[in-house]
Amino acid sequence: MTEAPLLEMRGITKAFLGSVVLSEVDLTCVAGEVHAVVGENGAGKSTLMKVLAGAYQPDAGEVLVEGEARSFHHPVQAQAAGVAIIYQEFNLLPERSVAENVFVGREPARLGLVDRRRMEADTARLLAELGERSFSPRSRVGDLSVAQQQVVEVVKARSLDARILVMDEPTASLADEEASALLDLVRRLRDGGMAVLYISHRMPEVFAVADRVTVLKDGRLVETLAVADTTPSQLVAKMVGRELDGYVPPRATDTELGDVRLAVRGGGNRALDGIDLEVRAGEIVGIGGLQGAGRTELARAVFGADPFTRGTVEIDGIERRLGSPRDGISAGLGFITEDRKEEGLALSQSVRDNALLGLRSTRRRHNGRDALVEELATSTELRAKSLDQEVRFLSGGNQQKVVLAKWLALDPGVLLFDEPTRGIDVGAKAAIHDLMRGLARSGKAVVMVSSELPELIGMSDRIVVMREGRVAGELPGGATEQEVIALAAGSDPVLAHDEPARERGAQPAPRSGAGSEVGDET
Amino acid sequence: MKRFKLPVNVLPIWPALGIVLAVGWITVTIDGGSFFTSSNMTNILQRSVALGIVAVGQTVAILVGSLDLSVAYLISLSSLVAAETMDGKESMLVPAIALTLALGAGVGLVNGLVVTKLRVNAFIATLGMALVLKGYLADNYSRPSGEVSETWKSFGYTRMGPVPVSIFLFVGVALVVGFVLRRTRWGYHVYAVGGDEPVSALSGLRTHRVVIGAHVLCSVAAALTGLFLASRLGSGTPRVGTDGGYDLESIAAVVLGGTALVGGKGRVNGTVAAVLVLAVLDNVFNQLEVDPFLKQALRGVVIIAAVALYARRRLVAREEETSAPPVETTGPTEVVPA
Amino acid sequence: MSTATVEVPEAGAVAAPSAAQRVSAALGRSAPVFAVLALLLVWISIENPNFTDPPVFLAFLKRAAPLAVLAAGQYFVIVAGEFDLSVGSLVTVTVVVAAEVLADHPDGVIRAMATVVALGAVVGLANGLITTRLRVPSFITTLGMLLILEGAVDYWTDGAPKGSLSEDFRTLGRGGIDDVPWLEQLPWSVVVLVAVAVGAVLLMRSDFGKRLIAVGDNDRAAGLSGVNVPRTRTIAFVVSGLAAALAGILLGGFAGVSAQVGDGLEFEAITAVVLGGVVLGGGRGSVVAAVAGALTLEALFTLLNLLGLSAALQDAVEGLIIVAAVAFAAFRLRPDR
Repeated sequence: MTEAPLLEMRGITKAFLGSVVLSEVDLTCVAGEVHAVVGENGAGKSTLMKVLAGAYQPDAGEVLVEGEARSFHHPVQAQAAGVAIIYQEFNLLPERSVAENVFVGREPARLGLVDRRRMEADTARLLAELGERSFSPRSRVGDLSVAQQQVVEVVKARSLDARILVMDEPTASLADEEASALLDLVRRLRDGGMAVLYISHRMPEVFAVADRVTVLKDGRLVETLAVADTTPSQLVAKMVGRELDGYVPPRATDTELGDVRLAVRGGGNRALDGIDLEVRAGEIVGIGGLQGAGRTELARAVFGADPFTRGTVEIDGIERRLGSPRDGISAGLGFITEDRKEEGLALSQSVRDNALLGLRSTRRRHNGRDALVEELATSTELRAKSLDQEVRFLSGGNQQKVVLAKWLALDPGVLLFDEPTRGIDVGAKAAIHDLMRGLARSGKAVVMVSSELPELIGMSDRIVVMREGRVAGELPGGATEQEVIALAAGSDPVLAHDEPARERGAQPAPRSGAGSEVGDET
Repeated sequence: MKRFKLPVNVLPIWPALGIVLAVGWITVTIDGGSFFTSSNMTNILQRSVALGIVAVGQTVAILVGSLDLSVAYLISLSSLVAAETMDGKESMLVPAIALTLALGAGVGLVNGLVVTKLRVNAFIATLGMALVLKGYLADNYSRPSGEVSETWKSFGYTRMGPVPVSIFLFVGVALVVGFVLRRTRWGYHVYAVGGDEPVSALSGLRTHRVVIGAHVLCSVAAALTGLFLASRLGSGTPRVGTDGGYDLESIAAVVLGGTALVGGKGRVNGTVAAVLVLAVLDNVFNQLEVDPFLKQALRGVVIIAAVALYARRRLVAREEETSAPPVETTGPTEVVPA
Repeated sequence: MSTATVEVPEAGAVAAPSAAQRVSAALGRSAPVFAVLALLLVWISIENPNFTDPPVFLAFLKRAAPLAVLAAGQYFVIVAGEFDLSVGSLVTVTVVVAAEVLADHPDGVIRAMATVVALGAVVGLANGLITTRLRVPSFITTLGMLLILEGAVDYWTDGAPKGSLSEDFRTLGRGGIDDVPWLEQLPWSVVVLVAVAVGAVLLMRSDFGKRLIAVGDNDRAAGLSGVNVPRTRTIAFVVSGLAAALAGILLGGFAGVSAQVGDGLEFEAITAVVLGGVVLGGGRGSVVAAVAGALTLEALFTLLNLLGLSAALQDAVEGLIIVAAVAFAAFRLRPDR
């Protein structure tokens, strides 16, 4: 490509309170490019993007947009220069409409009054340009799904005439078919001349949509290269500085499985119907399906958070009425929720206090608590300055370990995981997977809800696929993605996997097949 | 009541008003009195004006995510400033109004600055202001003072048939503020900042200005209430604000009217309806000759019960939402592109 | 989040902090109120050298005890993320009801105390149940309760409480243990204050306290971890109600019967708690600091009195100081860029 760079970041350096987070990082981007930015947690990806977006000022280095050196002291200045950023946790006002959100702070006015009609018409036009039909400019943002809210953010960026769009882990909360739609959107934006900076942990997406990729490690630039010139495992190797071989622990064989520990028969409630599920000691049963299929609802129902109103649940052969989380806990269940910040942790409290919360609510084990917490911290390889450090200072992976420690302290017989490695970098993911397999081996029954097909297929001994609140079918571990999706989507052909729009030369673009995050070469 | 769905734009407080009127009428009639008399209606409307004006102002403060506990003392002080400036002279009517409103603006400005620049929680900031005003009042006034002009005095009592002229002040203020909130950019920004301040700031809104403006508006409304009360009383009094409990009552009216205490959601017309509900209740209790002290207690019960009903509604609505089928990503086109 | 959060790079394995480190960390978080309290006490001693005499200082504590007890109770509610605006009127109710009971049973000191304590618990229970079961925001619940209690008291006493509290009843608020070496008299209210403070600290250190603070920090996470959130919150309200009853006993003893005895106390209690660094919204702060906040407020009142400020101006200065203190606390807690 011989176009002059739309964006150039040179020698960006940034430190916080003496701790250097970015050191001499360079990055260039041309118009009509999707440029992925990858790296482990703490590598500096978010910080670099925040410097670009005007949320931070660099200590050294410069940012050039269209050849002109710019200095942004506030995100609004960056916006004026054509840079827009979509954060992982969106910047939206849930009580306001789509149009009001898109034009917040820039509402078109006529005679001093807001020109509502123009606002809504402009929004409608942008929505149509993006091919979005499932909601209108008047819809209340709080009523929209996560995927739809993401589109609102994109519309917002488009309305700002952004030429450079930064997306921070855009598919983190999306199910596969929504992620697919988003990637199509990203391609459309690129084809329209935008430069899209795409921060992601997900190799399949990087390889599906990006043209070039920049790898950061420990605040330094490792390399920028064309996606066609590398493979997922090579990229991961550059990210973590070591080869990760076989990132999922091996599955259990039949002889290792014990008695049935969890048995649901005919379970149903407002969101679910006719659920039959059996999980044995030593087994990891994966729960797959599309967003809204009822996976989280299933986990919550089993645990007692949104109880079953029909059917029975048996734990270790004894029928139990699980009408509240307390019931679930006393029956020996543990539930690691989807969103650790919203539902798993009291962020201002210490690691110790969070880890002991389960014991404290069930009034168990008054002696030896401190020793237990230390033991759990060690066995989960928890990294924190001290056990009395506030949990909000920990990285995502370590926070998840604190949540796990809390449940392990209760020694449950059945563990329910909902998106166990969401928002966690590759290295920590592997650690959590190891822990889960170890727990299964020690005789626990593990249920794992996951939207990440490689994880689902790699970790599960059996996969139960949900669709519209019912069990659509069951697959053995190691099934193909197509099989999972077929069951999840029913017979809808629209949701087959996408192909990258451009040719890649000799190497066929790897599909997001099993193990393609790390490992098998194509 | 559960299955009955209102058109989206109508706040539940309005049907509640209807119910209260109906029940009030029935109870009073059974008791042997008559409810829908001209004098009664006047009474109800008259009662709503004072609380109504300050409650409209409080609505804006709460919408932006803040709160104002200083209104009661400001009302008292305003009544005194107004009455003393007027000193019975017609020529001083306009200056008195100007000065009083300026006082309100000044107090609101300080409140707003303390909340935004000093980052003090609104509860504490306005409580502090309340104490400062209380101190000033106690130090300088121990009994009614000043005298309003004749025109102004008559303003408080003139009626057009059963309708007191002062009600137009209330309605006027409500209409203007409601209009500003719904149609101007500043109004939009109030909802944005109240909904999520960091998000608004990142979108380029000068959130501090919005919050300060809201506080100024709230305090000006309180000053206006003080002016009005001076017209009813003929002079200013140091206790009129606290005796009326305008601080907590205005907040209660705002919440009763459906505005969320956390900000970002609510309407002025809801507050108006809530004020009317409270006025009707008051009137009905009077008619039934309920002990005035008991009235106070009953007011408390009503407020709690009403908000409990709201909470139930929200809960039911949310449950219905989650059981709805997932929103599809392909569907009929809803909007025809321009 | 879209705002800056600094991620501290993890440094190796977990290390157990030394006791000294833990103390200094704790001090670092709540230092301001203790420093301010110390400053005020010193200033008072300068204005009134007698202040350092035990009897004079104890008299100060005696005056401060009711508010301190009230603040301790309010702390539980605030750390759970709620408000209790009914405590002032509950204090008034306590005094009035006690007087009524004593009017019928002049020797029934225990009966009177038991009645008001039970009443405090019942009001707290009502506040808790309405807030948790009926989902009414606690601001509104306790505001409504304030109106109900005020109205009920006025109704019952026809606007003017009659009767008075017997001498025996008033011992707790006014009297003390005599002939104590050096102290001369150890006021009962000081004993009560210390007992309440110690009790509150123990309660917060217990499983209940940890559950409560988790609820205030993140009630969804707490609920999913097995905490009975509604019950925990309700207990906090009951504690607040009991504290109000106790404060009423002390205050009634100290100041006698009146219908205004509790006026504005809820705001003072909340202010005391906030001065102590407890965040409105829950999840952070210590009960000792809340009590220190109450003592600080009383010290402030004492100082202003000593400086000869008129009662009226005292209010104004109080307002300014409170705002300044909270502004300073906000300044210290500001997120670093």
